[in-house]
Amino acid sequence: MMKRTLLIAAAVLGLSAPAIASEGSTPPQLKWSFSGPFGKFDEAQLQRGFKVYREVCSSCHSLNYVAFRNLAQPGGPGFSEAQVRALAAEYKVQDGPNEAGDMFERAGRPADHFPAPFPNENAAAAANGGKAPPDLSLMPKARTYERGFPWFIFDIFTQFAETGPDYVVAVLNGYHEAPAGFSVPAGGHYNTSFPGNVIAMPKPLSDGQVEYPKGPDGKSPVPETVDQYARDVTAFLMWTAEPHLDARKRIGFQVMLFLLVLSGLLYFTKKKIWARVEH
Amino acid sequence: MSQHSSTYVPKSAFGKWFESRLPIASLIHSSFIAYPVPRNINYFWTFGAILSFMLASQILTGVFLAMYYTPHASLAFQSVEHIMRDVNFGWLIRYMHANGASMFFVAVYIHIFRGIYYGSYKAPREILWILGVIIYGLMMATAFMGYVLPWGQMSFWGATVITNILAAIPVIGDTIQSLLWGGYSVGNPTLNRFFSIHYLLPFMIAGVVVLHVWALHVPGQNNPTGVPIKSDKDWVPFTPFATIKDLFATAVFMLVFAWFIFYIPNYMGHADNYVPANPSVTPAHIVPEWYFLPFYAILRAIPDKLGGVIAMFASIAVLAFLPWLDTSKVRSTSYRPLYKQFFWILVADTLLLGWLGAKPPEGWYVIVSQIATAYYFIHFLVILPLLGFIERPLPLPNSILESVLGQKGGAGLPSGANAEPQSKG
Amino acid sequence: MAETTTAIAEPTRRDFLFIATGAAAAVGGAALVWPFIQSMTPDAATIAAGAPVEVDLTPIAEGQIVKVFWRGKLIFVRHRTPAEIKAAEDVNVASLRDPQPDAARVKPGHAQWLIVYGNCTHLGCVPLGQQGEYKGWFCPCHGSVFDTSGRVRGGPAPINLPIPPYTFASDTKIVIGQGATA
Repeated sequence: MMKRTLLIAAAVLGLSAPAIASEGSTPPQLKWSFSGPFGKFDEAQLQRGFKVYREVCSSCHSLNYVAFRNLAQPGGPGFSEAQVRALAAEYKVQDGPNEAGDMFERAGRPADHFPAPFPNENAAAAANGGKAPPDLSLMPKARTYERGFPWFIFDIFTQFAETGPDYVVAVLNGYHEAPAGFSVPAGGHYNTSFPGNVIAMPKPLSDGQVEYPKGPDGKSPVPETVDQYARDVTAFLMWTAEPHLDARKRIGFQVMLFLLVLSGLLYFTKKKIWARVEH
Repeated sequence: MSQHSSTYVPKSAFGKWFESRLPIASLIHSSFIAYPVPRNINYFWTFGAILSFMLASQILTGVFLAMYYTPHASLAFQSVEHIMRDVNFGWLIRYMHANGASMFFVAVYIHIFRGIYYGSYKAPREILWILGVIIYGLMMATAFMGYVLPWGQMSFWGATVITNILAAIPVIGDTIQSLLWGGYSVGNPTLNRFFSIHYLLPFMIAGVVVLHVWALHVPGQNNPTGVPIKSDKDWVPFTPFATIKDLFATAVFMLVFAWFIFYIPNYMGHADNYVPANPSVTPAHIVPEWYFLPFYAILRAIPDKLGGVIAMFASIAVLAFLPWLDTSKVRSTSYRPLYKQFFWILVADTLLLGWLGAKPPEGWYVIVSQIATAYYFIHFLVILPLLGFIERPLPLPNSILESVLGQKGGAGLPSGANAEPQSKG
Repeated sequence: MAETTTAIAEPTRRDFLFIATGAAAAVGGAALVWPFIQSMTPDAATIAAGAPVEVDLTPIAEGQIVKVFWRGKLIFVRHRTPAEIKAAEDVNVASLRDPQPDAARVKPGHAQWLIVYGNCTHLGCVPLGQQGEYKGWFCPCHGSVFDTSGRVRGGPAPINLPIPPYTFASDTKIVIGQGATA
């Protein structure tokens, strides 16, 4: 839709004070399996996205609100109970205190939440150049970009609600060489889609980094590229942010149908009752 | 159909026994069954029923959310996520509550502008109107405190900004602020008391709504002509006529409500509120919920802190004086050609203020906000009082019945037939 | 309204419309109640937290009662002495209020381990161990007396202390809640 030409370089050059953050470029609108009234998560994509989170993101980013058991619940990545038990057991979870008053580590159980990579926010910040990597559980719902007039009105009718996921993919794809004259502060990284164009997170993904499950022809059914990783991990995070999205849209359709029928019946009843009254 | 309002006569012995002790059945009968409704009221008059539905919906969903919500600074965000993820249908109940607040305001704004358009505030309905303004104020307080409860970034910073607004009040401002905070800044005590008050206020709203309905049922409903009921041919009984119309309108409203709940549940919210509250980082754009935006624009339009606060409160308070600011003898704007234009300019001005409230207070936005704010007050304080003297209104129909028949051509409709709306299948 | 009764004589399309509308509204109302009632049932986190718990028996000395919790409910794990076992077995079962042989209350080959819910079957107080006439349990609230098999022997309690679902994972480890329904 609203594809603005990339004028970041010019915009950035025009800024004298670096404190004034320029908005990042408008993220392109992507196709998502979960958009629209009949949207649903794609199990295979969520599984790939989980693999990306596990192998790449999880070394710095927590997933505090997600429990292992969630991976087996309906409308999610579709892991089996047994797979979830096995997966949880691969993690070490802190428990306690025991009778001696000591905390101890044990193998994870499905009811446990994903252990965070750092014990607390200060530790996370200290290990990452002073800026704690944010929790990812709600990321695609916690980020957006401004739609502006009149698009925000159209969005009510088109049900376009994927500004968050589009933005997350755009940031993951937004690592480029800084344009000449743009000075990236120490510890920062140039990113075309991040507001202000300087992001603390170094480029997290590179082509071929995560090995995807092979199809029958011995090749991955989707490309193992940064763009694909970004889409898959974002879809996975959209699921962690909104785990009941499938049910919501399914029930929503039933409710809308019911209300249409009820409104129709009420309308004709009303007409009948008022038929003899000029009004 | 009878030409007189029917009265409730208990049939059973128990009915009689009960009626002589607590005449609630006859109260309900006279208020919601036999109650005379002008036959010409249009769908804008269904918003009272829609608002009652929304209030009930908000209270019901709120009570169920409170079963899982924890009003503690370190647990609130988590408990909301627990509702969204683990509680059976918790996501549905929370989205109903969050979007319900917005829908409540959609309905109340239509209700208010209907009142303004048709002059529903004019004598003898001044008390009714003022009670409505009080309900509106209580709604805003409830909505503001409710938005603080998830304890996200917008919750925290919204609470900070609004409580700082109150601190601008001379003499008592600081006291009010510290009473709201319960500490030296917005923190856990603030959250906990906001939860308590958020739970209390809806029941106060319900109480004022009872008074509002009471005050409505004394003079009776206004209607699109503004001409009062004069004869028995001007009205129909509330049940079934208004009841079925209200039910139909509520069902249609629920369709819109469901659209938001199920398909775009976060459209009315802010992404920043899915980030837990952080007192050391302010979100890039602090914006209140959409229904506060016009007032937020007025607040920011005045460069002085106290002046802005006064302007903001005055913009709401001025509504209470509407019955006396409007000097026209004619109720309905349909018969006021000049005022009709100013009415729509006021609507446009309010929408413009709403849009400006969401924009950063810089550059030309500030100037436009100031013009729009000035116009808002000029409308109520200058245009409205003067128009009553200047304007030449259109001729009013003699009665509701005449307006109805005139509208439809009237031919071949003996008035007697209209008084028997239901006698034929 | 009197006039609404006039239609009774002639069932018409209007009647059908009114019935259909009323029925649809009733169905809608009932459907709306469902999620609210459902929301009060145990949530997913509570159910997940109610997963079976393992109890290591090795540190429990003979004669000792250990308290553990499963799904928020108190459970006694009692390492019985031979005398206590004998006392529990040497009872005329028919004379009991809630007749149950001791063998039915322990796992075969593990008679020294008695695992019972720890709330009195009267009104839910926690009975005190090794007390009362039979040195089983004595409830201080209303005076119920239990023997060393957790069977009620006196006082107002109607039935024996119930046995939670559990299995022996090994000779020294039990799993409480194994095979329980969610």
